[in-house]
Amino acid sequence: MEMSNSFLITTKDLVRTFPMGRTKIFALDGVSLNFKAGEFAGLVGPSGSGKTTFLNIVGSLDSPTEGSAVVMGKKIETLSHKQAAWLRNKNIGFIFQTFNLLPVYTVYENVEFTLLLLKMSANERRKKVMQALEWVKLADRAKSKPSQLSGGESQRVAVARAVVKEPPIILADEPTANLDAENSYNILDTMVTLNRELGTTFIFATHDQKVIKYLRRKITLFDGKVAKDEQVEPEKGKGEEQ
Amino acid sequence: MIIPRLAIKNLMGAGIRTWLNVVVLSLAFVIIIFFQSLYKGMGDQAKEAKIDIEFAGGQYWHEEYDPLDPLTLEDAHGFVPGPLQEKVDKGEAAPILVSQASIYPEGRLQTIILKGIDPKQTIIDLPSKFLVQEGDDVPALIGTRMAKNTGLNQGDMITVRWRDAKGTFDARDFRIVQIMRTTVETVDQGQIWIPLETMRELMGMENEASLVVVAKNTVNIPAVQGWEFKNLEFLLADIDNLIKAKSAGGSIMYVFLLLLAMLAIFNTQVLSIFRRRKEMGTMMALGFTRSKVIQLFTLEGAMHSVLAAIIAAVYGIPFLVWFDKTGFALPQGTDFGFALGEKIFPGYSIGMVVGTVVLVLMVTTVVSFLPTRRIAKLKPTDALRGKMS
Ligand SMILES: Nc1ncnc2c1ncn2[C@@H]1O[C@H](COP(=O)(O)OP(=O)(O)OP(=O)(O)O)[C@@H](O)[C@H]1O
Ligand SMILES: [Mg+2]
Repeated sequence: MEMSNSFLITTKDLVRTFPMGRTKIFALDGVSLNFKAGEFAGLVGPSGSGKTTFLNIVGSLDSPTEGSAVVMGKKIETLSHKQAAWLRNKNIGFIFQTFNLLPVYTVYENVEFTLLLLKMSANERRKKVMQALEWVKLADRAKSKPSQLSGGESQRVAVARAVVKEPPIILADEPTANLDAENSYNILDTMVTLNRELGTTFIFATHDQKVIKYLRRKITLFDGKVAKDEQVEPEKGKGEEQ
Repeated sequence: MIIPRLAIKNLMGAGIRTWLNVVVLSLAFVIIIFFQSLYKGMGDQAKEAKIDIEFAGGQYWHEEYDPLDPLTLEDAHGFVPGPLQEKVDKGEAAPILVSQASIYPEGRLQTIILKGIDPKQTIIDLPSKFLVQEGDDVPALIGTRMAKNTGLNQGDMITVRWRDAKGTFDARDFRIVQIMRTTVETVDQGQIWIPLETMRELMGMENEASLVVVAKNTVNIPAVQGWEFKNLEFLLADIDNLIKAKSAGGSIMYVFLLLLAMLAIFNTQVLSIFRRRKEMGTMMALGFTRSKVIQLFTLEGAMHSVLAAIIAAVYGIPFLVWFDKTGFALPQGTDFGFALGEKIFPGYSIGMVVGTVVLVLMVTTVVSFLPTRRIAKLKPTDALRGKMS
């Protein structure tokens, strides 16, 4: 148990059930997983195996029914709504399948959004936002509205939004599901670079073979249980693209 | 500071729907302030006219005097007591003698009120100077309403019959020397004004009066036995009540207008909260608490009234200033039941404007807040999936 200090994320016998008529569904059924800083890991497995549910709990958007999840030293199951919001704001970046950009704000404002909750000077914010937009190569689109962007560009904005506060953890649920191959590789290359340069831990939930090719750790879920947890040699994203 | 910034962005981003709501609400602002000031203007004007021509600084009434009960007028007179006579002599008060009488225009009997006033008085703006007797005829003054009702013209003779102090019938012919134009019905309708001394003589009421009007701004109001002082608040209470009744009638319209605007805003809020669940989920994922989301949506709704106040100021202030300059011409033949000129000028007050803005702001905030209560139970995971629990 003294190990928990060296792990960014530890889960122990995580159970999450959802009521289903008179019975219940075990979306997670005793998942124990640990993640160290700097990992580039992915949850794979068939639809309904519990990937999203796991990310939601680790991301403090949801609470386990049983078991425990400790993220950045915080026990998720004991956090108040406010504490959970704070944990997310400071430490966790989310990337969604559907991009989830806020429609009335510009690209710049979307990326700036999370920084507004942190106490930070306008100048500092500006620097960070522009830097994040440089990372995803969208600095020239700062003034565009999400409706003027392609899917690939939108997801790059979402990546910029997730990394702008340089969080230790980024959770990405099917980030490439709505993108074509070229844009998917583009995004994944960006993420690998950020993982290497900033040491950000990435955890994916995916069925996408393109994503799986980049993973250094592949965790297979099946029926809410960990079926396999293996270190793998990534086929892509080792840096040769640069 | 983040919430107001975001609220403005969202509101502006919502486009035409926002502006529709804002325009409706701004109309409500302008119309409410317009009508309130119109009623206040009416009241002020009516009161001013009455003060000028009838009440001045207030009236001492003989204890029997009750203008609403003409049958008691017979006894409603007495000697002008010392302290009041002193004021009269110094030109600080004017006695008026009131009595019931009859006239026979075109042969039909009509009961009227005969009023005696000193032609040289300067206490009220009644044109009593026309009552200075020059020939043998006793001069009489009437208003335009009275002239119209009786068919009397300037220069006509009119026979007036009355009972004097001893109850004996007597009659006399008066010459109409002037027909005065006044907005104040209560010095006109059913009344004939004649010189005070003549009336005292004819009635056998030497040195008597029914009421004594004191000059404007008189501060020294001695108590006088047998007489009661009626201050302006008492004398003008009728007008205040009438204005209140009128503006209560008007407030049905404001309530309706506000209701319309509030319905539009409520509807916008409900729709926006329903449609933007995913956005709320995203905000929560980015670190917003539910209470911040509620604040944001409430402020977005409430901000409609701030924008509306600004828009209302943009077109409302020029309009209200213009209205203040030109006045509001009453349609011909309108009778509001109190003294009004042909034009009404609005009476604005800061309190009225601030009060209206604060009221609308509060109502809008409440209306904007109510639909957000659904957010209080919203789970971030459900919101992200576009679900509302
Ligand atoms: N809010 C919920 N209410 C009820 N059941 C739920 C809820 N969320 C998830 N589930 C159920 O839990 C199980 C696991 O769902 P989860 O979304 O974690 O799967 P997944 O591995 O992400 O699947 P996919 O690959 O299709 O995204 C599924 O059977 C799902 O129907
Ligand atoms: Mg999923």
